[in-house]
Amino acid sequence: MIHSLFLINYTGDIFLEKHWKSVINRSVCDYFFEAKEKALEPENVPPILQTPHHYLINIYRGKLFFLAVIQTEVPPLFVIEFLHKVADTLQDYFGDCSEGVIKDNLVTVYEILEEMLDNGFPLATESNVLQEMIRPPTILRSVVNTLTGGSNVGDTLPTGQLSNIPWRRAGVKYTNNEAYFDVIEEIDAILDKSGSTVFAEIQGVIEACVRLTGMPDLTLSFMNPRLLDDVSFHPCVRFKRWESERVLSFIPPDGNFTLMTYHVSSQNLVAIPVYVKQNISFMETGSCGRLDITIGPKQTMGKTVEGLLVTIHMPKAVLSANLTATQGNYTYDLATKVLVWDVGKLNPQKLPNLRGSLSVQSGAPKPEENPSLNIDMKIQQLAISGLKVNRLDMYGEKYKPFKGVKYLTRAGKFQVRT
Amino acid sequence: MTDSKYFTTTKKGEIFELKAELNSDKKEKKKEAVKKVIASMTVGKDVSALFPDVVNCMQTDNLELKKLVYLYLMNYAKSQPDMAIMAVNTFVKDCEDPNPLIRALAVRTMGCIRVDKITEYLCEPLRKCLKDEDPYVRKTAAVCVAKLHDINAQLASMLIAESHPNSNLLDLNPQTINKLLTALNECTEWGQIFILDCLANYTPRDDRESQSICERVTPRLSHANSAVVLSAVKVLMKFMEMLPKDLDYYGTLLKKLAPPLVTLLSAEPELQYVALRNINLIVQRRPEILKHEMKVFFVKYNDPIYVKLEKLDIMIRLASQANIAQVLAELKEYATEVDVDFVRKAVRAIGRCAIKVEQSAERCVSTLLDLIQTKVNYVVQEAIVVIKDIFRKYPNKYESVIATLCENLDSLDEPEARAAMIWIVGEYAERIDNADELLESFLEGFHDESTQVQLQLLTAIVKLFLKKPTETQELVQQVLSLATQDSDNPDLRDRGYIYWRLLSTDPVAAKEVVLAEKPLISEETDLIEPTLLEELICHIGTLASVYHKPPSAFVEGSRGVQHKRLPGSAGSGESVESPDTGSAPVASEAPPAVIPSQDLLGDLLNLDLTPTTTTGPPPPSSAMQMGAMDLLGGGLDSLMTAGFGAPPTAGPPSFTAPVSGGLDDLFDLGGGVGMPMGAYVPPKTLWLPAMKAKGLEISGTFGRRAGVVQMEMTLTNKAMSVMTDFAIQFNRNSFGLAPAGPLQVLTPVSPNQSIEAVLPLNTVGPVMKMEPLNNLQVAVKNNIDVFYFSCQYPISMLFVEDGKMERQVFLATWKDIPNENESKFQLNDCHLNADAASSKLQGSNIFTIAKRTVEGQDMLYQSMKLTNGIWVLAELRAQAGNPNYTVSLRCRAPEVSQCVFQSYEAVLKN
Repeated sequence: MIHSLFLINYTGDIFLEKHWKSVINRSVCDYFFEAKEKALEPENVPPILQTPHHYLINIYRGKLFFLAVIQTEVPPLFVIEFLHKVADTLQDYFGDCSEGVIKDNLVTVYEILEEMLDNGFPLATESNVLQEMIRPPTILRSVVNTLTGGSNVGDTLPTGQLSNIPWRRAGVKYTNNEAYFDVIEEIDAILDKSGSTVFAEIQGVIEACVRLTGMPDLTLSFMNPRLLDDVSFHPCVRFKRWESERVLSFIPPDGNFTLMTYHVSSQNLVAIPVYVKQNISFMETGSCGRLDITIGPKQTMGKTVEGLLVTIHMPKAVLSANLTATQGNYTYDLATKVLVWDVGKLNPQKLPNLRGSLSVQSGAPKPEENPSLNIDMKIQQLAISGLKVNRLDMYGEKYKPFKGVKYLTRAGKFQVRT
Repeated sequence: MTDSKYFTTTKKGEIFELKAELNSDKKEKKKEAVKKVIASMTVGKDVSALFPDVVNCMQTDNLELKKLVYLYLMNYAKSQPDMAIMAVNTFVKDCEDPNPLIRALAVRTMGCIRVDKITEYLCEPLRKCLKDEDPYVRKTAAVCVAKLHDINAQLASMLIAESHPNSNLLDLNPQTINKLLTALNECTEWGQIFILDCLANYTPRDDRESQSICERVTPRLSHANSAVVLSAVKVLMKFMEMLPKDLDYYGTLLKKLAPPLVTLLSAEPELQYVALRNINLIVQRRPEILKHEMKVFFVKYNDPIYVKLEKLDIMIRLASQANIAQVLAELKEYATEVDVDFVRKAVRAIGRCAIKVEQSAERCVSTLLDLIQTKVNYVVQEAIVVIKDIFRKYPNKYESVIATLCENLDSLDEPEARAAMIWIVGEYAERIDNADELLESFLEGFHDESTQVQLQLLTAIVKLFLKKPTETQELVQQVLSLATQDSDNPDLRDRGYIYWRLLSTDPVAAKEVVLAEKPLISEETDLIEPTLLEELICHIGTLASVYHKPPSAFVEGSRGVQHKRLPGSAGSGESVESPDTGSAPVASEAPPAVIPSQDLLGDLLNLDLTPTTTTGPPPPSSAMQMGAMDLLGGGLDSLMTAGFGAPPTAGPPSFTAPVSGGLDDLFDLGGGVGMPMGAYVPPKTLWLPAMKAKGLEISGTFGRRAGVVQMEMTLTNKAMSVMTDFAIQFNRNSFGLAPAGPLQVLTPVSPNQSIEAVLPLNTVGPVMKMEPLNNLQVAVKNNIDVFYFSCQYPISMLFVEDGKMERQVFLATWKDIPNENESKFQLNDCHLNADAASSKLQGSNIFTIAKRTVEGQDMLYQSMKLTNGIWVLAELRAQAGNPNYTVSLRCRAPEVSQCVFQSYEAVLKN
């Protein structure tokens, strides 16, 4: 099972270690550092490394490596999922999961880790339960604690631990009862040179924020549930009812959680909200190139595209860019060779355009690779797949909650090849 | 107020200061001090020196302080076992605390302290907590029993037996499976992973049970936790094997498997990587699941490199005629990316597509030519390597591109590309006008090339010579002398010699060998071998599936791990009435006894040389006969002693023992030793030369003394160090010979000392037919290494004492054995008369039953019986004054005749 955990920062310093069995010397991380060295980019470090006596499984999140050491055959996905859960939990607790924050809360982090794993096996990983046992630090509480000598450790049993619904604590009370759902869809797409779609799919997620008193039992139904043929649910969702009636029936956790994720496969037609006309070329001789990009709306269902941002990784030989943008600003980072064009809102009447010349290192051969364009954008009040929530009903409690649904579409990995 | 403050130290020394604070009277100060200690611990500082001071803080009613001390204890107890004992009393006391949280905490922490002395004290409180009124404490205690099992399995099973007398908890039967399936719906995501992994070990009784389990597991495919999803996939992939393929449910299940697998690919890159490695297995086993999902494997430019490479692999596996156009377009796109490794693999992938999908070959070749035009060095080299394979797959189709390839000759600097190009030039020498010039240009720097290129160059020039003998004589001589005289590489030298001899003795044969038609290369490269694939499918979601190796190959402490296999489909194995044989699953066709090759190797390396077990693998020696077949493989070590064409069974057994050098001298020396009346014992021959066995020389012989077969050996130590720990083992052989006891070499053999060892043998070992029949492969171990050799034993030592047949029976049997089973041999230069021969043969258990004299010819009728019950009947004709005997042998197993005759020869001539 998970034997030890090391937290390692971007530069390769181990700043936290936790052992659930016996202590393993941190020199075991040397194998990891070797692999990190070889990979050049931190993103490219292989997630599973074999060493003579251990396996090292790592994830890279927020400029931190979470490195688990295991000694026996363990499902690697289990370890990776758990590491992400650790990162999520720390994020939940401290609002941020960075080296600084963790160093400021070392003891709390250590206590949390101890609660999450027992002898290498997961114990309490639900945020709700954890927060009952180890209270998250707030400014108010730390002031009170210093004055009164109180502690941030709960002295009663967490209620969810033994119930059939471990994700919800008992005795929740709110004066304002509310349930909000955000339907967020990301478009992953690859468009080729001519603008036709090579590949497109939609990753959807329903994020919920539920603050309801007592033990509410909710039912959420959709106008067009047939869109959803590939779904993953939070453990609270009753799968049988989804199978038979295509409604989501569940007793929600308290607070923020991900209710479901879904995937609209590449076999369905995916609407592409923008088109990109681009031309990036380099001269065979001479040290210059030309760039011309225009973006226009395509299938936006009548909504406005906002937050438009174009990122281009230029070939190494490109020294500088001399461009004019009809809208927004552009920057070219010499060190990373990344050109960023912040367009903002897309105006269908006056299409944004960026054009000009690129100067290439003199004497360098014509760059071989074609830079890809990465597009960021979002569209408010639209789920691009067409998914719509029909209604939300509450059973089991008497009060009338406040309900709301928001939709958002944004670009995920949206790439245009040149 | 943050924890960073714990690291501000004063000059006096951190430990000293902490010690003082820990012993402070003020509660607050104590707590702060313990916090500082914990903080130091988390960043890896050694604060174990504070152990007694921290343990002193344990007795407190402050829960937070108690928790912190417990954290400290868990970390350091192992390194301070004597101190840890100090904490036991507090633990025992805390287990009776009125607050259930503290009771649970105490029992949980005690379980984590892996110190033997503490374990003794753990049992009593644990027993109490297992009966606690609070369910949370009971749960914690139950988990603690599992921890105890880790530390002391005996104690744990004792505790379990107390509450569950006579029940085997880990026995998988339908009742427990049912309980597990129920629990599956009620436990946490992590528990689900373990339950699913456990379910995967179960083998359902029939297809109906299999289906019902599948139905109950399927909802897990929609779980948010990818580990749960993959474990569910494992269960389904395994149990699906048992479902009949014509069942509706089978199709439904196949359809249900695709979406969750696709979803895994939108998770974090690390998860994607594990998912892709597993999908790689699934696609090989059941390509139909994902055949329509090609597009999700398209590479995004900001995928991490390890994801890109895996996606590429799967794209090729899924490539088919239907989607090849899309795939090719993508691959071409990838070939212009930045990352060199990825580009190379993409180019290689194009070649693999050409080989896999015949209709696309033309397009692939033209794509590759386009890429060659880019002149990017590594792209060109990769392209040439794959074009070589395309030429082999589709001979006489795309040779028109050779000219383009030749243009890029100068830019090739990698051995693999150079070797590929040389192969092409050699193979198509007749179409390339200046082939000799091209090859000559490579030859200039012959000694600087890598072995791969040298070998290829040698072969290519010989090919060229055979095709255009007139113009290239000089070139071939040059390369042969370079290879045989100026090279240190044995492979190269041997191949050079073989070509040389071939060319000088029989050019026609040379042509047949060198220019032989090559076998077509297979469609799919790097497919996982089916038995291994089956095993890996049973291990989906584990490290084994990530490394594509069986768990036994790399997981520590898993020796003797059971090899998992997919269950066979019900109703296809035995159902005679089932007409659709087309649906018979692959699983049931695979021979059940095949051992994965990795294991063989593993066994070989860990060969346990105890004389009682005789199932060793074939020792890799006696390469003579095999070597002769392996002309072009370049693996021939001792070309000089091979003696082409000599049949291996020409002489008496001891002569053909595959050792080189002065055998005959040895034989002559020992020539006079044979006993006239007893069983014939051939003189000792050299079996294992010292230079092949790190200084151990073994010579020996076989004999039959007082009805017992013996192996008599002289072990000589020609090394500089003492040899000890001798052991011996035989490979399976024709007559089941096996050591009857351990090899008795009791004293260590010092340098230059010889020692005689006699090893009694029996014939109850495993049997495998050898070639020649009396060949015996032996492994000898000493403190230095394991050595292998093979030797041949005289079959006469297997003739048993009761081999005398009744006259009548002899007559009837002789007639009964068909004529074609008779073999006639000529025995030359034997100067014994019939009676002397008869008595001499009797000593070796060849019994004369009758003697007749016809026209001055003595006819002896003889019988003998082998240890395995085979009778051999013989007729020996001897003419007075003529030293040549004729021996006719009749036996129901005629293959022994040759060996029997050799024994006659050996016995009579000594």
